Amino acid sequence: MNETASTPSVDYVQLFKDALFAAVIAFGLFSLMIGVKTDQALNNQMILVLRPGLLASIVGLVFAGRFLIGYWQATRIARVKVKKAPLSPAMAKLASYALPACIGFLFAYPVLVLLTVGPAGAIKWIDNFGIQILIYIMLGWGLNIVVGLAGLLDLGYVAFYAVGAYSYSLLATSMPIKAFMAEMIGPSFWGLWAFWILLPLSGILAAFWGVLLGFPVLRLRGDYLAIVTLAFGEIIRLVLINWVDFSGGYAGISSIPRPSFFGIPFNAADNGFSATFGLEFSPIYRTIFLFYLIFALALLTAAVSMRLRRLPVGRAWEALREDEIACRSLGINTVNTKLTAFSIGAMFGGFAGAFFAARQGFISPESFVFIESAQILAIVVLGGMGSLLGVVISSIILVGGVELLRELDFLKNVFGDGFDPAQYRMLIFGLCMVLMMLWKPRGLISQRDPTVFLKEKKSVSSDLVKEGHG
Amino acid sequence: MEVFLQQLINGVTLGAVYGLIAIGYTMVFGIIGMVNFAHGDVFMISAFVALIVFMAITALAGFSGGAVFIALLLALIISMVVTSLYNWTIERVAYRKLRGSFRLAPLISAIGMSILLSNFVQVAQGARNKPIPPIMRDTITIMDRGGFQVAISYKQILIMVVTAILLTVFWYVVQKTPLGRAQRACEQDQKMAALLGINVDRTIAVTFVMGAALAAVAGTMFLTYYGVVVFSDGFVPGVKAFTAAVLGGIGSLPGAVLGGILIGLIETFWSAYFSIDYKDVAAFSILAIVLIFMPQGLLGKPEVEKV
Repeated sequence: MNETASTPSVDYVQLFKDALFAAVIAFGLFSLMIGVKTDQALNNQMILVLRPGLLASIVGLVFAGRFLIGYWQATRIARVKVKKAPLSPAMAKLASYALPACIGFLFAYPVLVLLTVGPAGAIKWIDNFGIQILIYIMLGWGLNIVVGLAGLLDLGYVAFYAVGAYSYSLLATSMPIKAFMAEMIGPSFWGLWAFWILLPLSGILAAFWGVLLGFPVLRLRGDYLAIVTLAFGEIIRLVLINWVDFSGGYAGISSIPRPSFFGIPFNAADNGFSATFGLEFSPIYRTIFLFYLIFALALLTAAVSMRLRRLPVGRAWEALREDEIACRSLGINTVNTKLTAFSIGAMFGGFAGAFFAARQGFISPESFVFIESAQILAIVVLGGMGSLLGVVISSIILVGGVELLRELDFLKNVFGDGFDPAQYRMLIFGLCMVLMMLWKPRGLISQRDPTVFLKEKKSVSSDLVKEGHG
Repeated sequence: MEVFLQQLINGVTLGAVYGLIAIGYTMVFGIIGMVNFAHGDVFMISAFVALIVFMAITALAGFSGGAVFIALLLALIISMVVTSLYNWTIERVAYRKLRGSFRLAPLISAIGMSILLSNFVQVAQGARNKPIPPIMRDTITIMDRGGFQVAISYKQILIMVVTAILLTVFWYVVQKTPLGRAQRACEQDQKMAALLGINVDRTIAVTFVMGAALAAVAGTMFLTYYGVVVFSDGFVPGVKAFTAAVLGGIGSLPGAVLGGILIGLIETFWSAYFSIDYKDVAAFSILAIVLIFMPQGLLGKPEVEKV
C-alpha cells in the first residue's frame, strides 16, 4: 500500500461548492416554510411571524452537514481498502446467540427495572417501554410472515389489529353475552374470564378477515398490492368511525374488561391477586403480568413462524417471495400459499389487537390509523425482512427511541420552555425510514438465505441479481 | 335536475384538482415504475407555500380586487417554483440512489418521506387549520327555477380554465418537444435511452419537477376553493389522486385527468345522493375495485408479464 492511497487528497474547493449549493437549495426550501410561520392572533386573524434566526441556523446546519458528508465520502476510499474479514467461527457462534440473548434480556427486564428504579417508577418503564415495545415486536413478527416470508407488501396490517381489538371489546362489553353468562355460570364469571375466552376468538376472526381481504387481491403484486391493502385498512377504519351504532364511532369503546390472572382479578378485594398470594396491594402486579402476557404471545408468534418456515407451506412462502412465476410453474398452489400467509399474519395481528384493547381498557379508531401500519412495516423492513432478531432490534430502536423522546425534558432548558421533544417523534421516524433505506435497503439484518437447503448453503441467485451483481 | 347540474359543476371542479395531482403520480410511475407516495404531501406543501405568499402580499398591499389578483398570481408562481424545488430535492435525496435497488425500497423510502413532510409542516407551521379570508365569492347564476339556483363561481371557472390550459401545455411538451421524447424514451427503456445519449437522471428529475409544478397548481386551487389548509391534507387527496391515475390508466396523461374528473364526480354525487360520511369509503373502494378488476385502467395499456 503506497502513501497516496492512505492519504487521499480532498478537494476542499469542490466540497465548499457542494455545501454552498446544498445551503442555497435549503434556503429555497425553507425560507417560506420555516422562515415564516402562520399564526393565529388573539382576534382570530391569521398573522405571519418571521423567524430569520431559525432559518439561518437550519441553512447553516445543512451547509455543515453537506460539507461533512462530502468530506466523509472523499476520505472513504482510504477506509474501505481494509476489507472486512468474514466472521470468525467464534464470532459467528456468538452472533447466533444474539436472538436468545435479546429474549433473555426481555424476560429479565421487569426485574431489572424493579431493582434499578423501585416499584414507584417501574410502572412507567415497564408499561410505556416494555409492553409498548413488545406489542410492536409481536406485530412485527406477525407482519414478518406476510412481508418477510411470503413477500407480500401489506400496508393495511393495522386493519387486522383493529379487527382483533374490536372483536374482543365488542364481545366483552356486550350486554346479552354478559347476562347469558351470569345466568348460566355466575355473575362474576364473564368479567374474569372474558379475555381468556375471547383472545383465541379474536385471532380467529382476524384470520377470517385476512382470508376475506386476501382473496380479492391475490392477483396483485408489489406496489399495487400495497396500495389495495392500504385502501382496505382505511375502509375498515372509516367504517369504524362512521358506523356509530356498531362501534361507538370516534368515542370508541370504554370500560373493556381487563385480563385476570387466570380467574383472579387484579384488585384490592379479598379475592384479588395481592390478597390471594399474601402480597401488599399494588398496581404493579397487573403491569408485570401484562408484560409477561404479551411476552408469551410474542414468543408464540416467533415460535410458530420459525416452525412454519420449515414446513412445506413456509418453504412455499419463501419460494413465492423469490419468484412467483417459477413458483407457479413448479406446481405450487399460489392461491393457498398467499391466503395462508395473509390469514396467519392476520391472526397474530388479531391476538395483539385483543391484548391491546385489554391493556388499554379503551379503544377508538384513532389507534388504528395508517401511520401505525407504516410503523409496523417500517419495523419489519428496517430490521431486515424475514429476520426475527431484526424486528426486535428495530422495535427497540424505533418504538423505544421515540418513547425516550418524551423523557428528554432537560432539552427545555436548552431550547426554551415551549420546546416539546415528543412533537418531533414522527418527524424523526420518517427521517429514519428514509435514511435506513438509503443506508441499508435490505435492513439491519439482511438474511435471505433459504431456511432449508440440500447439503450446502449457496447464495440465492435472485438475491445477487436484485442487489445489482448480476 | 338543478341539484344534479350543481353537483356536476362541483364535481368537475374537484375532479380538475384531483386530475392535476394525478398527473404527477402517473408521470413518475410511467418513467420509473414507483408509486411516489409523498406526492400528496408535496401537494399539501404547495398549498402552504401559496397560503404564506398570499398572506404576505395581502398583508402588504391590502384586500382590494387588484391586490388579491396579484397575490393569487404570485402565490401560484412562487408555489410552483418552491414545490418543484421540493420534489427535485426529494427525488435527488430519497429516490435516486434506490433506483437500482430491490422493488420495495423506493416505496418504503417514499412512505418515510410522506411521514417526514407532513410532520415537518406540522412542526414548522403548527397543527391547526390555516384559513385565508374568503376571496372571489361572486357567482354567476346559470339557472334559477323555483328558488333553487344553479350557480358557478368565478373560482370554479378559474380552476377549470387553468386546468384546461395547463393540460394543453403539458400535453404539447410531452408529445412534441425533445424533452417529452426523452421522457417517453426513458419510459420504454432507460438503459437504451442512456446509450442513445439521453441524460436519464436529468429527464427523471425534470419529470418530478413537472409533476410538482402541476401539484402546486392544484394546491393553490385547493386553497382558493376551500379557503383552508392543514398539515394532514396531503394523505386523502393524495390517495384519491392516485385512484384517479389508476382509474384512467397509469402512465397516461389524458387518463389521469379523465380519472380525476370521474373520481371528483363520483365523490360529489355520492355525497349528494347517498351519504357524506362514507364519501372516502367510496373513493377507497373504487381504488380497490379498479386495481383488482381493471388494473390497466380506462386508457392504459395492459401490462405484459415478463419472465
